[in-house]
Amino acid sequence: MSPEVALPIIIPLMTGTLTLLAWRSNILQKILSVVGSIALLISSIWLLTSVKEQGHVVLYMGNWVAPYGITLVADMLSAIMVFLTGMTAVAIAVYSLASASASHERFGYYPLMHLLLAGVAGSFLTGDIFNLYVWFEVMLIASFALLILGGERAQMEGAVKYVTMNLLSSAIFLSAIGLLYGLVGTLNMADIAVKLSEAEHTGLVDVIAVMFMVAFGIKAAAFPLFFWLPASYHTGPVAVSALFAGLLTKVGVYALFRVFSLIFNQSIEFTHQLLIWIAVFTMVTGVLGAAAQFEFRRILSIHIISQIGYILLGLALFTPLALAGGVFFIIHIIIVKTNLFLISGITHRLLGTYELKKLGGIYKSRPFLSILFLVSALSLAGLPPLSGFFAKFILIRAGIEAEAWVATGAALFVGMLTLYSMIKIWSEVFWKSLPDETDSSAINQQMTPSLAILYLPVIILTVLTLLIGLMAQPIYMISEFAAEQLLNPSGYIEAVLGVKP
Amino acid sequence: MKPGTLILHVAARFLVPLQLLFSIFLLLRGHNEPGGGFIAGLVASGAFALYLFTFGAVMTRDLMRIDPRNIIGIGLFLAMASIFPAWIQGEPFFTAQWWPVMLPGGNEIKLSTPLLFDIGVYLTVFGSVMMMFVTLTETEERV
Amino acid sequence: MEPIMAVTVGFLYAAAIYMMLRRSIVKLVIGLMLLSNAANLLIFTSAGMTRGAPPLIPLGAMQPEGIIADPLPQALILTAIVIAFGVLAFAVVLIHRAYNILHTDNLDLMKDTDT
Repeated sequence: MSPEVALPIIIPLMTGTLTLLAWRSNILQKILSVVGSIALLISSIWLLTSVKEQGHVVLYMGNWVAPYGITLVADMLSAIMVFLTGMTAVAIAVYSLASASASHERFGYYPLMHLLLAGVAGSFLTGDIFNLYVWFEVMLIASFALLILGGERAQMEGAVKYVTMNLLSSAIFLSAIGLLYGLVGTLNMADIAVKLSEAEHTGLVDVIAVMFMVAFGIKAAAFPLFFWLPASYHTGPVAVSALFAGLLTKVGVYALFRVFSLIFNQSIEFTHQLLIWIAVFTMVTGVLGAAAQFEFRRILSIHIISQIGYILLGLALFTPLALAGGVFFIIHIIIVKTNLFLISGITHRLLGTYELKKLGGIYKSRPFLSILFLVSALSLAGLPPLSGFFAKFILIRAGIEAEAWVATGAALFVGMLTLYSMIKIWSEVFWKSLPDETDSSAINQQMTPSLAILYLPVIILTVLTLLIGLMAQPIYMISEFAAEQLLNPSGYIEAVLGVKP
Repeated sequence: MKPGTLILHVAARFLVPLQLLFSIFLLLRGHNEPGGGFIAGLVASGAFALYLFTFGAVMTRDLMRIDPRNIIGIGLFLAMASIFPAWIQGEPFFTAQWWPVMLPGGNEIKLSTPLLFDIGVYLTVFGSVMMMFVTLTETEERV
Repeated sequence: MEPIMAVTVGFLYAAAIYMMLRRSIVKLVIGLMLLSNAANLLIFTSAGMTRGAPPLIPLGAMQPEGIIADPLPQALILTAIVIAFGVLAFAVVLIHRAYNILHTDNLDLMKDTDT
C-alpha cells in the first residue's frame, strides 16, 4: 500500500470539489486553491522520493490485482512529470490570485483548473491504456471550458479548432485501443507489452502503433497536426495559457514516451525512424512560424511546437543519452515556458496589449522584470549556463553519437532561430522606448500587492531555471535514471505484474 | 418557453414523483442488478425535465430549492469521500468497505462505500444535467 | 456477423469524415458524433463477437460455466459513450455560443486566429 501514487490525483480532485462547493465565496475558493496546489506539490515530492528509493511504485486500485483492475504505476518519468505538475500548479494558483477576473471565477475557474490538474496527473500515473484515455478526456473537458472563459471572439474561433482536433485525436486513440484490445485481449500496459512481444509481429501492430502516434501527436502538437495550437493557445486568459503551455502538450509527449518505449518497441527501425522525421519537421516549422509572428503570446505559443520537436527527438533516437536528454528537456521546458507566459501576463497588465509594436520601455521602468524575462528567454534559446543549454547539449551530443546528422543540424539551426525570436521580444518589448500612442499610465505605478503576487511565481520559476542550469548534474542523474527505466521495460512489467517476463 | 397544455400539467403532477421514486429504486438495486447511480441520475433529471417543459425554468428552480452547482459539489464530494475509508483500513483506495446493519425487523441492510459512490454519481449526474437544462432554457426565455 | 459490422464501421467513419469536411459547424459536430459512434462499434467488433451467457460466476463456483461473453468491451463502450455524451454536450453549447458571438456557422470565415 503506497498511497503516494494515488494522492497526486485525489488531491486536485478533492480541491476541485471543495472549490466547487465554495462557489459563493471568492476568498475561500482562492485559499482552497492555493492550499490544494501546495498539497499536490508535497505529495508529488513524496512520490518522487519513494520512486527514487524503490524504482517503481505500484498501487492496485480497489485491490484488484493487475492485469484485471486499474493499476497506478509511477516510474521515474511519471514521478518527474507529476512533480512538475505540482510545481506549475502552485505557480498558477498563486498567479491566479491576482490575474483571474471575477467573471471567470464565477464560471468555475478554480474547479476547472483543479480538474485539469487531476486529469494531467492521472494521465502520468495510470498503468492502464483505457484509463489513460479517460484521464485525457477529463483533462480535455476541463481545458475546453477553461479556454472559452470570457467568451471573446478569438476564443470562440480558437476553441472550435481546439475542440475539433482534440476530439478527432480522441476518436483515433479510442479506435486504436479497440484494435489493440482485439489483438491482445488486455488493457494493462505492462500486460500488453508482454502479450505483444510473445505474439507474432504482424503489419497490424505497426498500423496500431502509427494510430497511437497520430493520436498522441495531435495532442502533443507534433508536425503535421499542430495547427490547432497556434490558433487557440494565445486566446485564453493568461494564467490558462501558461497552464496549457506548461502541461497539456507535455501529456501527449509523455504518452508517446510511455507507449513507444514500453509497448511498441519491436519495430524501432520503422516507428522511431518515423519519429525522427516528425521531430525534425516539428522543430523547424515551429520555429519558423514563431519567427513570422509579432505578438508576444503568439510567438511563445508557436514556440511550444518547436520545443516539442526537441523532446520527440530524444524519444526518436532511442539511445540512453537521447532519452535522458529528452527527459531533461521536459523538466527545463515546463518551467521556462510557463514562466515566459506568466511574464507576458505581467507586461499585459502594465501596458494592456500583447502587440510587439505597441509594447516597449519596460527595461527603463522595470529592470528587474526585464532581467527575469531575459533569464528565461536565453534559457529557452539554450545559452550557457542556463537550463536550456544543458538540455540541448545532451540532445545534440546524443544526435552526433547516433550519427543522425540531419536531426542534429536541425536542432542547432532551430536553437539559433529561437534566439532570434527571443531577442526580437527582448528588443521590442523591453529595450526600445515606449511608443507614444500606447497608454503608459499603468507602467510607472507603484508596486501594488496584486502586482507583487504576479511577480512571486515568476521569481520562483526563474530561480528554478537558474538552479537547473547551475546544478545540472543531479537533474541529469535523475533524467538518466528515468531513461534507463524507459529502455528496460522489464522492470516496469515486473513491478506491475509481479513476475519476470 | 410556452407553458404546457392542461393534459401535460395534470400528467406532470403525477409523473414527476413517480419517476423520482423510480430513480431511487434504480439507484438502490444498482449494485447487483441493472441500474446504478448514472442511469438513476438521468431518470431523476428526466423527471425534472418534464416539470421544466410543463411549468418553465423559474418554477423548476423554485421546486429544486438547491442550486444545481451545489448538487454537483455535494455529489462529487460524496463520491470522493467513498475513496478514503479503504485507506483507514490500510487497503488501496477504492477497495469496497461493507458495514452490514441489522434493522429491528430482522432485515439486514448493507451500507457500503460503493453505495456512497453511487449516491455521489447520482447527485453529480442529476446536478450537471439540471444545470445544462436550466441554463439553456433561461437563455431561451430571456431571448 | 463480423463482415457486416466491419462494413458498417467503415461506412460510419467515411460518413463522419465527410461531415467533418463540410463548411457548416453544425455538420462538423454531427461528424464528431458519428466518429465517436464508429469508434465504439469498432471496439465492439474487434474485441470479438462471441455469443455467450452473461459473465456471472454461479454461487460457490470459482469460474464461470460454459461460454461467456467478454464484459470488458461493453464496459469500455459504456464509458466511452458517457464521455462522448459529456464532450458533445459541451460541443453543442460551444457552437451555440460561437454562433451568437460570431454570427456565422461557416468554418471558412473563422480564421482570425490562424495567422
